[in-house]
Amino acid sequence: MGLENKIAEALPEVLTTRLDSLINWARKSSLWPATFGLACCAIEMMNATSSRNDLARFGSEVFRASPRQADVMIVSGRVSRKMAPVLRRIYDQMPEPKWVISMGACATSGGVFDNYAIVQGVDKIVPVDVYIPGCPPRPEMLIHAVMMLQEKVMKESVRDRRDVPEAEAREAVVPGTLPITDGSTARQNTLPESRPYTIASRHERRRSS
Amino acid sequence: MSTDQPIENSEAAPPPFVALLQREYPEWVGEVIAAFGEYTVVVPREHIVAACSFLKTSPETHFNFLADICGADRGPEEEPRFEVNYHLFSTTKHHRVRLKVLLNEEDTHVETVTGVWKTANWHERETFDLFGVIFDGHPDLRRILLPDDWQGHALRKDFPLRGYEPYSLK
Repeated sequence: MGLENKIAEALPEVLTTRLDSLINWARKSSLWPATFGLACCAIEMMNATSSRNDLARFGSEVFRASPRQADVMIVSGRVSRKMAPVLRRIYDQMPEPKWVISMGACATSGGVFDNYAIVQGVDKIVPVDVYIPGCPPRPEMLIHAVMMLQEKVMKESVRDRRDVPEAEAREAVVPGTLPITDGSTARQNTLPESRPYTIASRHERRRSS
Repeated sequence: MSTDQPIENSEAAPPPFVALLQREYPEWVGEVIAAFGEYTVVVPREHIVAACSFLKTSPETHFNFLADICGADRGPEEEPRFEVNYHLFSTTKHHRVRLKVLLNEEDTHVETVTGVWKTANWHERETFDLFGVIFDGHPDLRRILLPDDWQGHALRKDFPLRGYEPYSLK
């Protein structure tokens, strides 16, 4: 005597609900992440799927090696300047709807790596839905972020998702960044005259005060 | 080096291959620096390939392993400004030596040693990438660590820590 038999007895054959609720419920219950472990945060991300923490309870344990099969990109670790175009390309290859979790201090703000080699926050490249603090965050924090993302998904509407064709997304320029995709746009883009970065770094400000 | 052994001081006799170099090819040996039990031979730029080739092939030295090539920037005010260091090791004799080439800022060219050790290829690309040292005759002198469209050489002392504005993604 399974649950479905009880439901069949108790309920009529037709249910009415909002389409958004149904679709969002389906989406939030299987948020498949794209594997994007970049540094030590990735160790915690792997641990979140382990038997002790069991991210599968929230339908989010199937890490996909192909972005075509993924819904959410967990950027776990520092994004180097050289990795930035790769990350953007992976993001572009993910089908809509898609979400991004920025895991840890480095992905969120550059962290302690306030230098030329590290992108100072992955939100310079891709739009981020949930930020996780910590260095590194514990697996519980990642699970919490997934739950927050699920709440966010439930508030969305199918009418609000902009389903940008891929070619258009490839040409899109995120404000404050170079157009980083396949390199062809970077070549067309005439760079402004280079000059050293003028605003003092956090460490320099701390030293002078 | 284990801690119970005393650090060899600079007055100890140099290893035989240094004396051999000084005797056979005095024009290759600009200066011999001994420190912490390691020997550094400053080689004039035009002789580096010949010196490397000799040190590799000569049976007394047999430096068959190029452990590393690295650059160093002494600072924009220094003259000569750049160093290129070649760390050699012999897997049969078990001895080491460091060769050093000094370069002026205006003329950062040095002959490639990829013809002597093939592994020098990537080491030289790295030194070019980070210090801007041009290795003449290198088969494929491209950047290796920084992105292809990078401007400047990141480990130079006058390179700003946070890079240049179009690239800092701020």
